[in-house]
Amino acid sequence: MHPAFSVILLTTLIGVGQGLFLAIYTSQLYALARLLPMPDHQRFFALGSAIAVGFLALGLFASFFHLGRPGRAWRSAARWRTSWLSREVILLPALMVLVVAYGAIHYFGWTEPLFVVRGALPVDPSLIVGALATLAAFALFVATGMIYASLRFLREWATPLTIFNFLLLGGASGFTLAAAFAAWLGSGLTRFYGTWAVILTVAAAASRLASLYRNAHLQPKSTLQSAIGVRHPRIRQVTQGAMGPTFNNREFFHGASAKAVQTVRTFFLLAAFVIPVVLLATAYVLSSFWIPAAAFAVQYLGLVAERWYFFADARHPQNLYYQRVA
Amino acid sequence: MEDLTQRSDKARGHTEVKYTTCYMCACRCGIRVTLRDGQLRYIEGNPDHPLNQGVICAKGASGIMKQYSPARLSRPLRRKAGTERGEGKFEPISWEEAFGILAERLAEIRATDPRRFALFTGRDQMQALTGLFAQQFGTPNYAAHGGFCSVNMAAGLIYTIGGSFWEFGGPDLERAKLFFMIGTAEDHHSNPLKIAISRFKRAGGRFVAINPVRTGYAAIADEWVPIRPGTDGAFLLAVVHELIHTGLYDREFLVRYTNAPELVNQDADSEEFGMFVRFEVPPEEGCFDPQNKLWWDPEVDRPVSTHTPGVDPRLLGTFRLPDGTPVKTAFQLLKERVASYTPEWAEDITGVPAATIRRLAYEMGVTARDQKIELPIPWTDVWDQDHESVVGSPVAFHAMRGLAAHSNGFHTIRALGILMTLLGTIDTPGGFRHKAPFPRPIPPCAKPPKGPEDVQPDTPLNGLPLGWPADPDDLFVDEAGAPVRIDKAFSWEYPLAVHGLMHNVITNAWKGDPYRIDTLMLFMANMAWNSSMNTTEVRRMLTDKDENGEYKIPFLVVADAFESETVAFADLVLPDTTYLERHDVMSMLDRPISEYDGPVDSVRIPVLPPKGECKPFQEVLIELGVRLKLPAFVDENGERKYKDYPDFIVRYETAPGSGIGFLAGWRGKNGDKFMVGEPNPRQWEMYAQNGGFFHYELPRSFQYMRNWNKGYLTWARANGLTRYAEPINCHIYSEVLQKFRLAAEGRGITRKPPEALRERVAYFFDPLPFWHEPLETVYTDTRRYPLRAVTQRPMPMYHSWDSQNAWLRQIHSHNYLFVHPSVGKAGAFEDGDWVWVESPWGKVRCMARFTEAVEPGTVWTWNAIGKASGAWALHPRANESQQGFLLNHLITEELPEDPEGLRVSNSDPVTGQAGWYDVRVRVYKAAEGEPRVTEPRFPPLRRLPGMAKAPRKWLAYMAGLKGR
Amino acid sequence: MTQLALVIDLNVCVGCHACVTSCKEWNTSGWAGPLADFSPYGPDPHGTFFNRVQTFEVGEYPHTTVVHFPKSCLHCEEPPCVPVCPTGASYKREEDGIVLVDYDKCIGCKYCSWACPYGARELDEHQKVMKKCTLCVDRIYDESLPEAERKPACVLACPTNARLFGDVHDPYSQVSVAIREQGGYTLMPEWGTKPANHYLPRRRTELRIHADELIRADNPLKKEGVPPKPPKDQPTLDETTSW
Ligand SMILES: Nc1nc2c(c(=O)[nH]1)N[C@H]1C(S)=C(S)[C@@H](COP(=O)(O)OP(=O)(O)OC[C@H]3O[C@@H](n4cnc5c(=O)[nH]c(N)nc54)[C@H](O)[C@@H]3O)O[C@H]1N2
Ligand SMILES: Nc1nc2c(c(=O)[nH]1)N[C@H]1C(S)=C(S)[C@@H](COP(=O)(O)OP(=O)(O)OC[C@H]3O[C@@H](n4cnc5c(=O)[nH]c(N)nc54)[C@H](O)[C@@H]3O)O[C@H]1N2
Ligand code: SF4
Ligand code: SF4
Ligand code: SF4
Ligand code: SF4
Ligand code: SF4
Ligand SMILES: [Mo]
Repeated sequence: MHPAFSVILLTTLIGVGQGLFLAIYTSQLYALARLLPMPDHQRFFALGSAIAVGFLALGLFASFFHLGRPGRAWRSAARWRTSWLSREVILLPALMVLVVAYGAIHYFGWTEPLFVVRGALPVDPSLIVGALATLAAFALFVATGMIYASLRFLREWATPLTIFNFLLLGGASGFTLAAAFAAWLGSGLTRFYGTWAVILTVAAAASRLASLYRNAHLQPKSTLQSAIGVRHPRIRQVTQGAMGPTFNNREFFHGASAKAVQTVRTFFLLAAFVIPVVLLATAYVLSSFWIPAAAFAVQYLGLVAERWYFFADARHPQNLYYQRVA
Repeated sequence: MEDLTQRSDKARGHTEVKYTTCYMCACRCGIRVTLRDGQLRYIEGNPDHPLNQGVICAKGASGIMKQYSPARLSRPLRRKAGTERGEGKFEPISWEEAFGILAERLAEIRATDPRRFALFTGRDQMQALTGLFAQQFGTPNYAAHGGFCSVNMAAGLIYTIGGSFWEFGGPDLERAKLFFMIGTAEDHHSNPLKIAISRFKRAGGRFVAINPVRTGYAAIADEWVPIRPGTDGAFLLAVVHELIHTGLYDREFLVRYTNAPELVNQDADSEEFGMFVRFEVPPEEGCFDPQNKLWWDPEVDRPVSTHTPGVDPRLLGTFRLPDGTPVKTAFQLLKERVASYTPEWAEDITGVPAATIRRLAYEMGVTARDQKIELPIPWTDVWDQDHESVVGSPVAFHAMRGLAAHSNGFHTIRALGILMTLLGTIDTPGGFRHKAPFPRPIPPCAKPPKGPEDVQPDTPLNGLPLGWPADPDDLFVDEAGAPVRIDKAFSWEYPLAVHGLMHNVITNAWKGDPYRIDTLMLFMANMAWNSSMNTTEVRRMLTDKDENGEYKIPFLVVADAFESETVAFADLVLPDTTYLERHDVMSMLDRPISEYDGPVDSVRIPVLPPKGECKPFQEVLIELGVRLKLPAFVDENGERKYKDYPDFIVRYETAPGSGIGFLAGWRGKNGDKFMVGEPNPRQWEMYAQNGGFFHYELPRSFQYMRNWNKGYLTWARANGLTRYAEPINCHIYSEVLQKFRLAAEGRGITRKPPEALRERVAYFFDPLPFWHEPLETVYTDTRRYPLRAVTQRPMPMYHSWDSQNAWLRQIHSHNYLFVHPSVGKAGAFEDGDWVWVESPWGKVRCMARFTEAVEPGTVWTWNAIGKASGAWALHPRANESQQGFLLNHLITEELPEDPEGLRVSNSDPVTGQAGWYDVRVRVYKAAEGEPRVTEPRFPPLRRLPGMAKAPRKWLAYMAGLKGR
Repeated sequence: MTQLALVIDLNVCVGCHACVTSCKEWNTSGWAGPLADFSPYGPDPHGTFFNRVQTFEVGEYPHTTVVHFPKSCLHCEEPPCVPVCPTGASYKREEDGIVLVDYDKCIGCKYCSWACPYGARELDEHQKVMKKCTLCVDRIYDESLPEAERKPACVLACPTNARLFGDVHDPYSQVSVAIREQGGYTLMPEWGTKPANHYLPRRRTELRIHADELIRADNPLKKEGVPPKPPKDQPTLDETTSW
């Protein structure tokens, strides 16, 4: 597939946004369980939510560039019953609304408990909205993943690993950003986020490596034989019927050399997984805002590369019909 | 969204429907054109049209993009004073000025030496009018595309069976069971052949394609026989050998309908050696085959006159006439000729295994013998014998330029004609079928002028500039035997050049050999590009000057509808209309669109008004005819005779009161006559009412065996199609050729060739077919240039003129050199690499593509996809000029000097047919650092005055202003 | 239920591209138009087409077969391109099974094209909406056309009549009979998309001639007075034994 930058940005940016929100909300839960000190509401949660929404909004913005007719984007909510894309289109703004609400609750300090569960768990509006937002964030991960995983013909994508990858990679990048954010605010949560970021990054690496391994061993189900219905071991295309750069040649081929694709893979494995983990580990020792910030920046670049590779790696069966001009 | 099934497309805007004839190619299908608000909405096949029966091809369906092409010329142009020819700098002038310039110049030429005006027309379809113009002007220097196209096919078959493929005849696939397609690419006789092949296959017919390349039609063949280019003669002769050897020939057919049993004089000392023995002088001489030859009657063991009732003559044998003259039957001579042409011999030459050749010969012979078709159609032959039925054999052939475009093509095609005759498939069901006005006598009647005295100032020629020589006295040469025509047609160099040698015009005129000319007018021919050989040099000749600084070809007029490569070289450009803007006729006087069942002609009727100042070339000729006072175009007072071209078509008669004109339908005052009849002022209207064509279906008993069908021949004579209702026997043995050979040997009473050409004529004018290497091979080091290079037409492109078509060029924007992977291996290159193709005459850089569908010793490419930069209103860096290439740069128009100092055209020595497919090449990888563009390239052409600006970014065509 | 479709007979398709340009011509000024072209007279021209003809080589020299292969939207009975469309612009008509795009709703997200394994959809870069074969829905029901012409443009154009059109659910339609009797098949059956369009395979006609069929009693050579008898001086049993 041709890696579309708008989609790469969309999926990576909202992944960060989703992850960041989850990180923040996690710390609220931890604090609630008194495993962590409660951070300062106003600054921490409100600002964190704002940043998360910012990423989500950037992602949404990027997605418009993917559309031929962005003016009609609103129509895309219509088919939520069948289309994962439609579901994503609903969930993303929903999540944004919820995160904004979550941030606002903290910002305005509407955090008086509404009721207390079993005498131990005070439930305030932020907890409820946060929980809803968490659900939305997870659902959004699933929807985004399913957009790809539901395309049966793109066998590289059609696996639960795709959803795990979106989830874990988004989570990892969000937690890494949270670590940087915490360091920036000096809120003392850097280690907490850092630890989770490392765990998620390692898990994401495992899941991603699993999908890489799987894809490397995939036997294409469709062949030239089944594509044109001729049973002969040796078939070659002579011409695809048009010599110019058609839609089918642009949309489904990455056009990069095998070597370039490999380089990207090496880069993303290092940048998305190895370097962030090393940097985050360093952050345990050296407390500096710049180290987790660098970890996030590198990881984000790595993810962009990962997503590029994700597209480039997928061989669309239509490509069987578009191999040669003459 | 509106409900798209509720509103008819016709309800969007104002819709009009008109019928005319397509000219996106020479096939001439009937089309129905729908206009919306005056713009082209849709072009589709006319369902009632006999030729295409409602279907259309890729080109035809893209007519819209031709009509609205930005390459359209729209104003007469004159080369700007002070600029050089070829620079492409023009100024618009008025038609009045253009006519003024032309009339003045041509009048002076006509009054002094009419030969100095040469009119050459390319892939046009109005040779009846252009030929008439040249004849009236009095110049012998006229020809159309035939000489570089397929004259070998026309001449080879017409001199053998009295008809030929394409316009004049074809395979009856409706009834055939076995079909051999030889050397035909993708789109020959486009739609009709496709319709027929598909029906044939669906009916279970067996289709064998003989071609070095497998694409197009051959793709769906049941068997592909890859053959080395230029070797089909050997293949066909080996088949003939096998058929004669096993007795798988149609004896009855050969006896009655061919000259096979006729006795040939074998007295080597006689002036008549090799001629048929004749028993008496016929009462009337004319252009027909007098029935005064001899058979050998085995019953009485004596010669008898042919077709003596009750006699079953010997087909084979050597005899002695009562006067002691040794004779052999023509068939005996053929048998002896092919004795050594065994399948094993042919295998070495053709690369086709001997076993395959034998098998195919048996398939032909046994199918023809065992699967006879008998139709209950009674008919009477010219010897007054009644037949209760028409009998045929279901073995059909179609062949085209794969045979024709070789310098040994004439004899190859003769061999094919003989093969079809041996199988008894001439104008029979399931075999070869004629189309009116064929069959014609062998050779047809029209003769070229005979000498320089036939060309006189201010005088029309007393015949047509082209014709069909029957013996050396019909050649068009001067006393010394030197050519009179600029292209040397009908000279001893190319005696049977019945279509001229257009491919040598520029070179000859440039050299002044045989003489210099003044004005060269090119109509519908892209001679500075795809229809010339040695293109780079030819382009140089067009701009070359003599010692006085004058152009060697002083004045060049180009009549074209588009900005072709040739337009850039013009001194005067005459913008023509498109096929949708003009009246045209596909006339019985020319190449009509007849069907097997009878004559068909058709017309074009304008669907759209002419663009800008475009003027139909027909009108230009008529106007010039009037200004030059050519008798056919003016009355006794020298006044304009015809209002315009449509008026000319209606009122012109071949001779005063002849009743024969351009159109055969709806003649007579009321339109109730056909073929012959007085002019009908409402003729155009009646054609229009009938969808633009006239189809006369012959009675069934006149539809077959027309060479010998008394009913048909009498009908044809009564309707002015022929002069003689005499039998047209197939020429297994060609006495016409023997006459030339005798002359070359110094025998006979006819003119004799000049010394330097004696050997050539004697060798090639063999009365029986033989196989020889293509001429060019003799001059080529085949170890250095081991590969044979050929071209093919792609189905969706017509020669050079479809690159301007925004839809079609997406299918072929550039071309590759197709090679077998082993060629890549030998040249150390890969699929898709840039390579050099080099012949002894030039080299071209291009890209290579590997294919398994080619004979490994052959490389090929699509014809005429490559373009000069900027031509055809394309961007200077369009693929056509950057990656596309033209093979013509590698093909020479002249062979190197022979030891006697003779330089002849790279053409068939019998007919002058251009030997396009003889070139030998080698292919090797382009060096690493070389630019990845084609070579040679030329400075970009610029947009001419009057041309619209081409949309550069996008085009979203939607017919009609209210289209949405 | 009706399912309209094309059945393409590869046995007779000569790869002429008539179906390609007649489709373009009909549709560019029709309901589905315009079908834009980019760089129409410049480098790398390309544009929107609903139908393309490709060519494949099968086998190795000299046993090479060349297959011309026209491809347009197959109007799948289980069209994966439809449910994925977020706007509902892509839909399958109930009444005849034609899969269409409603340009007024399409946002040009290209997701449907990703979901089509056949590469049958093309985004029109000018209108920025997804386009594909409409089965000429604006012709086939047009009652102002004569009955015989209420067929897709490509079907009417095809010179070899390789394109059959009809209802594949009607067991007695021309297309169903052809599929049944001539081994019609669908593309990439492995995905369960159940394309409505079918293809008919190549068939080969051969001829078998036995050696003993070559010479027949009425062989014309016999008439030439040179019957194939052994000469008199050739040895025979007459000279070697007397019984
Ligand atoms: N290498 C190689 N070369 C070949 C061949 C080959 O097989 N291989 N084939 C040869 C053969 S068979 C042929 S017939 C020739 C064809 O060669 P040409 O006769 O030169 O044919 P075209 O290139 O089609 O172009 C003729 C010109 O007609 C113009 N034209 C088109 N429509 C109209 C019109 O309506 N009016 C006017 N006035 N002009 C119009 C076009 O713009 C073009 O300039 O090529 C020959 N050249
Ligand atoms: N689409 C389209 N149709 C056209 C034209 C066009 O330009 N485009 N041009 C028209 C014109 S002017 C003409 S003359 C006709 C020509 O129609 P064709 O005669 O079909 O012409 P070519 O394309 O020259 O193809 C020649 C074929 O002969 C093969 N060949 C070459 N050498 C040999 C040989 O020695 N032996 C055998 N057996 N095969 C050989 C080549 O591989 C090729 O397949 O087409 C007409 N129709
Ligand atoms: S074959 Fe095609 S281009 Fe040629 S006349 Fe017929 S429809 Fe027109
Ligand atoms: S029009 Fe017919 S023969 Fe031509 S490519 Fe299309 S399907 Fe094949
Ligand atoms: S061929 Fe592709 S676009 Fe057409 S219905 Fe099937 S999946 Fe959809
Ligand atoms: S491109 Fe249009 S038709 Fe396709 S999925 Fe998107 S909205 Fe639907
Ligand atoms: S059915 Fe109509 S839209 Fe579809 S390919 Fe044929 S002509 Fe084009
Ligand atoms: Mo030609």
